Amino acid sequence: MPAVLSRITGLALRYPWRVALTVVTSLFATIANLALPRLFGRSIDEAHHLLAKGSAGSAAATHTLLIIALTVIVATGARGFLTMAAGFQGEYLSQKVGLDLRLRFFQQLQRLSFGFHDRVHSGDLITRGMLDLEGARSFIQQALAPSLSLVLQLGFSAYMMIAIDPWMALIGLSFVPVASFALGRMGFLLRVAWLRVQQFQSQLTLIMEENLQGIRVVRAFAGRAFEMAKFDAAAKSVLAVQYERLTLRFKGLAGMQLSYYAALGALLWYGGDQVLAGRMSVGKLTEFSIYMTFLQAPIRQIAMIFSTAARATSSGARLFEVLDLEPEVADAPNAGALSAGDGVLRFEGVGFAYDPIKPVLHDITFEVGPGRTLGIVGPPGSGKSTIANLIPRFYDVTQGRITIGGTDIRTVTLSSLREHVGLVQQESFLFDATVGHNVAYADPWADDERIEAAARTAQIHDHVSRLPQRYETRVGERGVAFSGGQRQRMSIARGVVPGPGIVIFDDSTAAIDAVTERKVREGLAAATRAKTTVIIAHRLSSLMHADEIIVLSHGRIAERGDHASLLAAGGAYAELFELQSRAASGALEPAA
Amino acid sequence: MSAPADPINPAAAPTRRASLGTPEGDDVFGVFDPNTARRFFAYLGPHKKDFIGSQVAVLFSAGAQLSLPLLIGRVLDSAVKGEVHRFHQSLIVFACAACAFAGMFFVEQWLSLRLANRVIFDVRRHMFAHLQDISLSFMDKTHVGRMMSRLQGDVGSLQDFLESTTGAVGDFVMLIGIAVVLVSLNLRLGLLTLTVLPALIAIRAIWLPFSKKAFRAARDASSTANSALAENINGVRTVQETRREQVNFELYAEKAQDNFKAQVGAAMTSQIMVPTVDILTGLAMAVVIVLGGEAAIGGGIEVGVMVSFILYVQRFFDPVRMLSMQYTVMQRAMAAARRIFEILDVPLAITDKADAPPLTAAAEPTVEFDQVTFGYDPARPILHDVSFKVKPHEVVALVGPTGSGKTSIIALAHRFYDADRGRVLVGGRDVRDVTLDSLGRTIGMVLQEPFLFTGTIEENIRYNTPGATREQVVAAAKAVSAHDFIMRLPDGYGTRLGQRGRNISVGQRQLVSFARALVADPKILILDEATANIDSFTEQAIQRALKVLFEGRTCIVIAHRLGTIRDADRIIVLNQGRILEQGSHDELMARDGLYRHLYTSAHASFDDQVVAVTGDAEFASRT
Repeated sequence: MPAVLSRITGLALRYPWRVALTVVTSLFATIANLALPRLFGRSIDEAHHLLAKGSAGSAAATHTLLIIALTVIVATGARGFLTMAAGFQGEYLSQKVGLDLRLRFFQQLQRLSFGFHDRVHSGDLITRGMLDLEGARSFIQQALAPSLSLVLQLGFSAYMMIAIDPWMALIGLSFVPVASFALGRMGFLLRVAWLRVQQFQSQLTLIMEENLQGIRVVRAFAGRAFEMAKFDAAAKSVLAVQYERLTLRFKGLAGMQLSYYAALGALLWYGGDQVLAGRMSVGKLTEFSIYMTFLQAPIRQIAMIFSTAARATSSGARLFEVLDLEPEVADAPNAGALSAGDGVLRFEGVGFAYDPIKPVLHDITFEVGPGRTLGIVGPPGSGKSTIANLIPRFYDVTQGRITIGGTDIRTVTLSSLREHVGLVQQESFLFDATVGHNVAYADPWADDERIEAAARTAQIHDHVSRLPQRYETRVGERGVAFSGGQRQRMSIARGVVPGPGIVIFDDSTAAIDAVTERKVREGLAAATRAKTTVIIAHRLSSLMHADEIIVLSHGRIAERGDHASLLAAGGAYAELFELQSRAASGALEPAA
Repeated sequence: MSAPADPINPAAAPTRRASLGTPEGDDVFGVFDPNTARRFFAYLGPHKKDFIGSQVAVLFSAGAQLSLPLLIGRVLDSAVKGEVHRFHQSLIVFACAACAFAGMFFVEQWLSLRLANRVIFDVRRHMFAHLQDISLSFMDKTHVGRMMSRLQGDVGSLQDFLESTTGAVGDFVMLIGIAVVLVSLNLRLGLLTLTVLPALIAIRAIWLPFSKKAFRAARDASSTANSALAENINGVRTVQETRREQVNFELYAEKAQDNFKAQVGAAMTSQIMVPTVDILTGLAMAVVIVLGGEAAIGGGIEVGVMVSFILYVQRFFDPVRMLSMQYTVMQRAMAAARRIFEILDVPLAITDKADAPPLTAAAEPTVEFDQVTFGYDPARPILHDVSFKVKPHEVVALVGPTGSGKTSIIALAHRFYDADRGRVLVGGRDVRDVTLDSLGRTIGMVLQEPFLFTGTIEENIRYNTPGATREQVVAAAKAVSAHDFIMRLPDGYGTRLGQRGRNISVGQRQLVSFARALVADPKILILDEATANIDSFTEQAIQRALKVLFEGRTCIVIAHRLGTIRDADRIIVLNQGRILEQGSHDELMARDGLYRHLYTSAHASFDDQVVAVTGDAEFASRT
């Protein structure tokens, strides 16, 4: 059994009593089930025997039959309840393991650092958390539990059949290896084929989804025929792999059916001869044939067991791969809470590389204290956002160090650090919740006044007031759509609510028009007066009032100083200023 | 869950404003509706042979399967009685029946599964094709996700139904067959055993609503938990930035617990059926043993008959179970089919006239609006009586606040919608009188949010112009200043774009979409300028590219940037669906109108300003 499967089994074994209960109930259900053929066999023999003696209608005969009938009712009842109990326990166990895995997966994703989330596509993680988790969980209920009952049924009936007549048992059971092989192989191949179907299906999904999302482009280019041709090609390959899958299924089932009926036929032939020769009672033969019909159902499950096991092996591997990761950024063993001290944020010769071959930042040194503002500007890819992400330790520096109040941020707990540092990102994610929930995201216990004040600061309050249910209006996929600028203002409001000591705005006003931005900036200036502020922007009007401005180029500090001195220096900053003034309007001053 | 004291504001009420994820809510089960069913079965028409073949095969396979216990009984009986010839004869018949059963079973399965897959192909294709022609106002109102769940989930439900429906016919035949065989084998014993059947059906019928409720609860709970997980993954950066890990974990744990309970509840509901059925089967068997046994002793029936009875009784429940499952599948398929037909029933507002000629290449590249009135909701017009004409090779800039009707004008010019009153003419022909395809080839369009498809850069630039050579693609990219950045990508023009081009910046996507328009080489170009604040470097490239695009073409531009507006031959200022003023930049500046007012107060962008002047029109127009 692959390691992944033993690991999933191990998860179930953490509930030993449930496992024991499942095993015991399956065991007794099997016993009750296999008692039935014997009872039928006996009743047939009884009837036949009495018939032969000519003692029809005797009280003794009726009595015997009644007892057998009662036993049958008891046995079927017991079988029913025990099967139910076993089935329920199996399901319960697998759901319990599913719950454990869900919670662990969720927690793990929250623990893993940005570096991990950069590398792994969110859609992939969602698939792992939904489909793969389901695949691993169902192993217990659709493979482990059925295998247990399969082994028990097979073992018991083989034992009983051999006890009656070893030769006949051999004939009767001859189909088991053939059918198991055919079905097991089919189960495994079906899984492979199913993956192929999925692959082609998702190709088709992608084509349809993109077509609908880009419907305006399609229409603008009169691309109907082109798109239909794409659809047809993809849909036809889905059809083709579906046929392959069906063929596989038939081959497997054919193996099963033919071997089963061949064995049953042989059994009847041989057994019938024995009965004819008087070496065997008809009851025994009946018993045998009923054993055979009873075995059919569990044997059929072999296909499911194999395909579930194959699915669980790949799904489980993908799930455990995530669960086993250690976050790249984590609390140091003896980390204490951050005490901000004088609250000064310092970069001391900081270097950073996502990929060791291509460093992004070189030797960045600066300091900014409470009540002061640092501006960072530079072309795309110069490393501005990286600086922002290093401060709350979403990544760890690869060279130098970052300190707050003189303490290296790697020596304090992540939660205390992030409580102290507020970061407003460029691409703001709004949750599918109300406006109020979104603004209060960082501090769910914030009261109405604080939420409203934050929204006013971010110049979004007026807009929210006009929404149908104001702060109770739903945002996101199933709610009101917000424009880019409105989203950014929401996320600024979100950043203002908790009131941390250091606030970083990472290009967080890019989509806001210049006039509104000025109002936001004025509001923020009041709200962040005593704070350490870092503003990153490519629109110079956003940061020209900063106490110090750093111009980044290829990860290095190219120029630094305040607005006036940088303009006077006539370098890259002055050039950029000139460019933006011209773009805004030749005649007018840039937004000031 | 109790909220910890708020450390910042201890006086605050301990209400937590926190939620995570919401489930989606499509109805799972529908009731049988003959009309929907009839329409659905019409899709079987083209595959009549498969359908009839599978139905015939299922009758034979059910018949063969039915005969097997009977034949086993005969084999045993002849053995008991020592009738050697009959014994061998029965064995041969048994072997034939088994082979017939297996053979027919395969024919049935193959035909019915192939049929299901083919029909599903047709249904999905029909829907997809319909969506290509459906009016954009329908598409605007509908989430893509919702549409995808029609194309995937609902079509899948139909597939499930089709794949299992032939089997259900077989089950039905089996059920009737068993009853007939039992009664004909021995009337009294048969009737007595059959009394179990109504009991089974009744119990199943009582149980079904409960099971459905439990199933629905389990499905809702799992969708709630999954949507919470998905949302947390998508927003994981924000979660970590705002240290919401603990709160979100608690919220999620609650949902995961609910899901666990709902799943276990559903399992219990489905398992409860097992002992019920077993006890009933046990009762039937007891009847066979006592009465059958006595009759056998009395010589009333043969031993073999009794064996057959026992074998049949055990098979009673399978068809009942399968049929009731099929009933559930049918209900789901009904709900799905109704949703599918809802889409197929959306009328096609915009289609080619029966004998519409194409717009010929000789037509002059002009666009004219002749007293056009239009509204997405005809009761609330967006455009009122708009008239203007764009001359060949003229560049016209449309300016105005959000909701002033700029977007509607360009949509009408391309006939995404039809005017409610008045006419839209392209090349002097009413757009409703020419084919959509030729119109699409005459008018090119660059959208505000560049949409790129999964595939290589080259494929994207060549979109729907399959005849374009590599040289043309490169020339277009060079013309719009996209060549340099493309060559810096790992595989140049062969670089695959991720979903919606996520691996290149917004500005770069814009440039690729310009190149795409250039390769298509339309005589008339409609451009909706991007509002996004693009970094100054790419911005310059875009401004240069626009000049190339406009050259030698008739252009209508929804302009946001002052530079673009100033360079236009003519500016049309719109407000609340009417043309307020028009003329060149200098003419408009000379007049003391809205344009001059806007221009003097604007900085980088025109629109946000106007919104401030005219009030927020966004909600009035969009909803």
